[in-house]
Amino acid sequence: MGQINLNQVTKSFGDVQVIPPLDLQINEGEFVVFVGPSGCGKSTLLRLIAGLEDTTSGHINIDGKDATTLPPSKRGLAMVFQSYALYPHMSVRKNIAFPMRMAGLDEATQKAKIEAAAKALNLTDYLDRKPGQLSGGQRQRVAIGRAIVREPAAFLFDEPLSNLDAALRVGMRLEIMELHKKLETTMIYVTHDQVEAMTMADKIVVLQAGVIEQVGSPLELYHAPRNKFVAGFIGSPRMNLIEGPEAQKHGAATIGIRPEHLGVSKTAGLWQGKVGVAEHLGSDTFIHVHQTGLADMMTVRITGDIEARHGDTIYLTPDMDQLHRFDAAGLRIE
Amino acid sequence: MARAITTQKKVMWTTLAWCFGLLMFFPILWTFLTSFKTEATAIADPPVWFLFDWTTQNYADVQDRSNYPKALMNSIIIAVGSTFLGILIAVPAAWAMAFVPGKRTKDVLLWMLSTKMLPAVGVLYPIVLLAKWLGVMDSRILLVVVLMLINLPIIVWMLYTYFREIPGEILEAARMDGAGLRSEILYVLTPMAVPGIASTILLNIILAWNEAFWTILLTTVDAAPLTKFIASFSAPEGLFYAKLSAASMLAIAPILIMGWFSQKQLVRGLTFGAVK
Amino acid sequence: MATAHSKSAARLMIAPAVFVLLVWMLIPLCMTLYFSFADYRPMRGVFETWIGFENFIRFLTSSSFLSSLVTTLQMVGGILVITIAGGVLMALLLDQPMFGQGIVRILVIAPFFVMPTVSALVWKNMFFNVDNGLFSYLFQGLGFPPYDFLSQSPLLSIIVIVAWQWLPFATLILLTAVQSLDSEQLEAAEMDGAPALARFRFIILPHLSRAITVVILIQTIFLLSIFAEIFVTTNGAFGTRTLTYLVYQRVLESQNIGLGSAGGIVAVILANVIAIFLMRIVGKNLDN
Repeated sequence: MGQINLNQVTKSFGDVQVIPPLDLQINEGEFVVFVGPSGCGKSTLLRLIAGLEDTTSGHINIDGKDATTLPPSKRGLAMVFQSYALYPHMSVRKNIAFPMRMAGLDEATQKAKIEAAAKALNLTDYLDRKPGQLSGGQRQRVAIGRAIVREPAAFLFDEPLSNLDAALRVGMRLEIMELHKKLETTMIYVTHDQVEAMTMADKIVVLQAGVIEQVGSPLELYHAPRNKFVAGFIGSPRMNLIEGPEAQKHGAATIGIRPEHLGVSKTAGLWQGKVGVAEHLGSDTFIHVHQTGLADMMTVRITGDIEARHGDTIYLTPDMDQLHRFDAAGLRIE
Repeated sequence: MARAITTQKKVMWTTLAWCFGLLMFFPILWTFLTSFKTEATAIADPPVWFLFDWTTQNYADVQDRSNYPKALMNSIIIAVGSTFLGILIAVPAAWAMAFVPGKRTKDVLLWMLSTKMLPAVGVLYPIVLLAKWLGVMDSRILLVVVLMLINLPIIVWMLYTYFREIPGEILEAARMDGAGLRSEILYVLTPMAVPGIASTILLNIILAWNEAFWTILLTTVDAAPLTKFIASFSAPEGLFYAKLSAASMLAIAPILIMGWFSQKQLVRGLTFGAVK
Repeated sequence: MATAHSKSAARLMIAPAVFVLLVWMLIPLCMTLYFSFADYRPMRGVFETWIGFENFIRFLTSSSFLSSLVTTLQMVGGILVITIAGGVLMALLLDQPMFGQGIVRILVIAPFFVMPTVSALVWKNMFFNVDNGLFSYLFQGLGFPPYDFLSQSPLLSIIVIVAWQWLPFATLILLTAVQSLDSEQLEAAEMDGAPALARFRFIILPHLSRAITVVILIQTIFLLSIFAEIFVTTNGAFGTRTLTYLVYQRVLESQNIGLGSAGGIVAVILANVIAIFLMRIVGKNLDN
């Protein structure tokens, strides 16, 4: 259970086509992350799968059955919303029970499932509270609990962590991943944060302007980005992209080198530049280098701490094995 | 405000505000006091303030006037009836406009508002004519319908602004949780909308209760509500201040109490969401 | 979130409301329009279906129309000035720190909930009455001759009555607006060295301008159709006959339906001019 196929799916709002014909296969039990800049159509795509939006054309199959025209309630999916979308007038218990009540499950089964979900999500003490009395993380867990009891074919997450503070976000990220390992149910997760995508996904779908730029495992995307957009989007700090004569030397319109693949020296190296800002993280140091003649600014990532003062001359040498080359159309050259 | 406010200043503002407040309230207070006086004390020269023999005779007298209980009943039926009829028609419309907005939703809302701005005299004669033709002149049902129609735009607007505050994601969550349209409305939307609907009902009962154009012109005896009943006191026989005051207090007291509860909604309801 | 299914359901749900309002607006309005071109005086048995624009010409050129227009403008203008100026001051006053704020608020708002016929009669008999009214006692006490308000300055009297009813409305809305003003703005202005009067002039008043516009427009719509207050106090005599009242008299008292209907159409057109401005503001507010 939990196989989803999108076949030539499109979506238009009025005259504006936000998703041009798109094919995608999501396998049973996979953790798939839709990632892309805001407005790339990733949420729309999720809502098409959920049935909250009508497809303009094309077909959506869930477990081999055509679900294109099924209402959301009949698709057997569960969704966790960005705002959690808890029912404010119901207690936590009633919130979690709601999908089962809709499915007409008997009281005893409902009770057992609520207890189990509450235990798994550390909500046992809060079952009789209203959502308004809970913290952000607790609300998030109630939303997940509500999804779990439905025993859906797939879970849909729409930027579920973006309303949480940074520390909580990391914790919840782990909880969701553990949940996936335990349930082995398909999960589709939408985020604009490429770190979330890299850490959580079995399969990442990078979207831009409604078009799938690349589908692959996190490391495939990291090591072999199919085009300049994916290259720039995946990885932090961003890949340095260099155009002009330096790129032509390598037979490309653009070459890319990740900050962690640049060697640094104060005396000699391939490229020369001046230190702008150095960010000391303790474990790493990010140095922003100006006046290289290659790009407006190059970013270098060095393990450990290194002294670098504003205005110092600095030399950079790329690890040639890790150089990415792109043609004039922005596509990868192997 | 993290600034210390001197007691002296606060006392000054308090005094000033209370003076103005009492000034505004004075006509009601005076009516209240007069309603407990005898007719002679009511017009005593100089006026008597608190030190008089309080009597409830006026209230008893007003109750005895054959048409008072009937007028009260008419007022209740007309105000409550027109409001609930309006709610019945407005809830689905406001729900649809708030949650399934289309290209023309805004136009429909503004058009509804424009009907509210139609001057009543512009349609006075046709309404009288139609009422006579249908044989419903001076009937409660006529006033229930007419007052429902003049207040329907306000009801739709108020409900619309309340419904729009309910996040759409919650309704989507219900759909994802397997709720059909009926369950969605019954279990999720309605409980969340009840406070808004209650405020709307309250404000519209007030407006319908106090409506004094159609209620005066479309009734004679049978369906005459309190507005018309009170207006009859402008005739010479009504120059009994104490009785007039008692009748007035009876007519305004319930609405005054309801009004105090609905101050906040008043702003929203009568400005069509333009001021919140 | 809109799907095809919910769209058609939505149309079905809006339909009843649209239908009843359409019927309510169109049928009577068309009838009025029809009568306005007819010579229709049922008391005399006259009914001629088409006399062209004669009713409009007669109505618009009659001295009673012009005087009613002036009366209407004076009445509405007078009430607006009192309620807006009073409302702003009252709103600022109620926004100050004080004891028993909630109670003062209730006292101030109360008049709005008083039935129009009640307030008109109470003012007429217990305040304005020349023999027994409170104002007469007040005048006596101050050594002035007694003054018969409703016959000597009837327009002003009605303005006072209606302003008393609507001042709470203006106060309440302006108070809501005052309270929505970010106090940091005022503190910033204070840091910039603006004295209280300048803060009022440059920060508070501009902030209130939208609310004031809304109050003006909404009150105008309601005030144009003041009826009960005139009906109960002067019955349109002594120069208190507004346009609304004039049309009412033509239609129901003298039963000249054609002429009255022409007047009704004129009133509709005048009200629409104001309505357009109000709708623009409300419409803009819908977009965000």
